[in-house]
Amino acid sequence: MATWELRCKECEAAYPAEARYVCEHCFGPLEISYDFSGLDPAEARRKIQAGSPGIWRYADFLPFDGRPRDPLEPGLTPLVRADRLADRLGIGELWIKNDAANPTHSFKDRVVAVALAKARELGFETVACASTGNLANAVAAHAAAAGLDSYVFVPADLEEQKLLATGVYGTRLIGVRGTYDDVNRLCTELCETRPWAFVNVNLRPYYSQGSKTLAFETVEQLGWSLPDRVVCPIASGSLFTKVARGFDEWIDLGLVEGELPTFNGAQAAGCSPVATAFGEGWEVCKPQRPETIAKSLAIGNPADGVYALELARSTGGSIDAVSDDEIRDGIRLLAETTGIFTETAGGVTTAALAKLADRGEIDPAERVVVYITGEGLKTLDATREGFRMHEIEPTLEAFEGELEPALTR
Amino acid sequence: MSVTVKIPAQLRSVTDGEGEIEVDGATVGEALDAVFNQHDDLRERITEDGGLRRFVNVYVSGEDIRFQDGLGTQLQDGDEVTILPAVAGG
Repeated sequence: MATWELRCKECEAAYPAEARYVCEHCFGPLEISYDFSGLDPAEARRKIQAGSPGIWRYADFLPFDGRPRDPLEPGLTPLVRADRLADRLGIGELWIKNDAANPTHSFKDRVVAVALAKARELGFETVACASTGNLANAVAAHAAAAGLDSYVFVPADLEEQKLLATGVYGTRLIGVRGTYDDVNRLCTELCETRPWAFVNVNLRPYYSQGSKTLAFETVEQLGWSLPDRVVCPIASGSLFTKVARGFDEWIDLGLVEGELPTFNGAQAAGCSPVATAFGEGWEVCKPQRPETIAKSLAIGNPADGVYALELARSTGGSIDAVSDDEIRDGIRLLAETTGIFTETAGGVTTAALAKLADRGEIDPAERVVVYITGEGLKTLDATREGFRMHEIEPTLEAFEGELEPALTR
Repeated sequence: MSVTVKIPAQLRSVTDGEGEIEVDGATVGEALDAVFNQHDDLRERITEDGGLRRFVNVYVSGEDIRFQDGLGTQLQDGDEVTILPAVAGG
């Protein structure tokens, strides 16, 4: 069993394991720091394989002392071999991690499950979040399942599907007139005076740990081995950096052999503070005002931007930005070659993969894993164009007459 | 200009618990300097080499100063200058 504590990622000052997220000395982010010295890799692997069919099988690598409680366990989503997409792009071995197959259809169920289990452990009765949509769905659902009160703050102009898939759970849904960054600032201020667990503010050090489980599952599903390269969307940069942290922890412990994969990040051109900083060679990100159809990635002021930059550079990767048209094409390319219908964020990721392949950056001998983080039914507007329905009378004549020859031509 | 500088909870240990400090200043930089003159320990917590540390966000009436002129952003009488951690969200 590992032990853990809360430490500043910058100056390493230690803090009690409470709902706190900022270092009082240097204002840096607090992180969970583990001591795995008592852990035997073979025993850990056996325990994982005998564990529950979801993320709690990795509880020894999460910030809990006992078994975490959460009634809506996410995880163990399919890792699908994507040969048709690989052929189309000229890639040797390609896998899609389809994280739309979670309880509320995005990777956010992972981070929320960890945050809510921690919120209950710390005695909170109300949970809250600042969200671009997927987090809103997950917080509302997990709070409903656990019987906790919840407040969900989103930009008021969010996709209707994401609003509906939040409101249905009976949460208090607040649409803020502004960007996600405005919502986030408001929640950071509210957090000071309300006795609430804001999953991505005062519980963020715990919450972000949930993203490591995407790396753990990838290793397990690849038969306890590593990919050579991963392609992953970037909004705040938390998912991107924590997937790397997951691989790193297991490599350090000897649970898997090899090196950290190359990390390629994906952003929408209309909100690309991290991709821009990468391209310009900057060490920090300059905030942007988002203007993109990829609303779930529309964070103009990314909290983990500096760490995402460091990761892409240190692994020999890159961070690409793609246009709204490329995002729509990416959604269709993934759907037509894999049968997986993703939201705009997945369109961003698929389009970035296509760009890497186009530039010849992917060696045919490489094993590539692409993280598809959300569901296409949540961003239907992005797919309204691009195909048409043929409406006919219910007669053989109507089908066989003009339509069938036209369809098969 | 007389403005209010709002101090986040994490920094109030160096402002004797004060969450709002009234100061005079024509720019954000001047207003912050006026606060540092009252509470010197605050300076090293949020600045480095004359600029803001990379995990500090500063807003004037809700608007990030990086969309304006940074520390040179002009202030109006009655403006609120809010200091917040940059490590939340996402």
